[in-house]
Amino acid sequence: MMNLIKSVEKDYLKEQITDFAPGDTVRIHFKVIEGNRERIQIFEGIVIKRRGSGLGESFTVRRVSYGVGVERTFPLHSPKIEKIEVVRKGSVRRAKLYYLRKLKGKAARIKEAR
Amino acid sequence: MLKSILAKKVGMTQIFDQEGRAIPVTVMEAGPCTVLAKKTVQKDGYEALKVAFCEIKERKLNKPQRGQFSRAGVTPMRYIRELRIDNTESYEVGQQIKADIFAAGDYVDVSGISKGKGFAGAIKRHGQHRGPMSHGSRYHRGPGSLGSIAPARVFKGQTLPGRMGGERVTVQKLEVIGVDADKNLLLVKGSVPGPNGSLLMVKHSVKTGGKGGR
Repeated sequence: MMNLIKSVEKDYLKEQITDFAPGDTVRIHFKVIEGNRERIQIFEGIVIKRRGSGLGESFTVRRVSYGVGVERTFPLHSPKIEKIEVVRKGSVRRAKLYYLRKLKGKAARIKEAR
Repeated sequence: MLKSILAKKVGMTQIFDQEGRAIPVTVMEAGPCTVLAKKTVQKDGYEALKVAFCEIKERKLNKPQRGQFSRAGVTPMRYIRELRIDNTESYEVGQQIKADIFAAGDYVDVSGISKGKGFAGAIKRHGQHRGPMSHGSRYHRGPGSLGSIAPARVFKGQTLPGRMGGERVTVQKLEVIGVDADKNLLLVKGSVPGPNGSLLMVKHSVKTGGKGGR
């Protein structure tokens, strides 16, 4: 039975997905449709969570723009995502980085993984 | 009734449409259903097809059940149901009904036995509102007033707690998102009653006459 669902999802899964994890800083190239024109919008920030499996997998990117925290959740396999670029690998000790919401400035930095 | 078919609920997932929007879909294994017999106006007073679905081993059936299959010359199956169809002449005994009677964009009604919820209160079972939880309210999730004191009894139909679920439920006007005739799969937008693996009856929508608006 699960295989039947997998066979439905198979056609929609992306074959190549950039390897990234919570704590990484990423640039999401996201297709935006304005009227009948399509352009690429870039959203850069820290991945604070990655959840789910299969076609329903999603991740959330957080950035602080003009002093306001902005979080965007993307479906990982969305055809609207053109490209995911990993800018910086982060070293974190948990899978969900909700604690970043309470921190600002210097405290909200993440150590680089090496 | 234009067309209907028996199906088995496989489960839910999501797929993306051309615009990249995620659509929640229920995957169903629809058919193939084999026609066992035909009910006619002359003999039975109404027209219908007796169809069977989901193959099983012959030893799992008792003798009267086996007889129904041997008379039609059909391999034994788990479920036998009647489908009310107007033009039964276009079907033969032994003919198979497949998922491709539906196409993407059609609207369907799906019936099934809902999941049992056990003994449920009036809020969950009848959608009543709850009382205030604080400010000394002392009335939280009760069924409310049972009516006037004058008749010295409770009228029938009073919404009270009790067994919920495990009954036949029909969800109307679900859009067919995809049909895979080779794998006998039917994808509809939204959820359908019952647990995964349960029997469903899919028929064309009574609200739209089976065809989609979009």
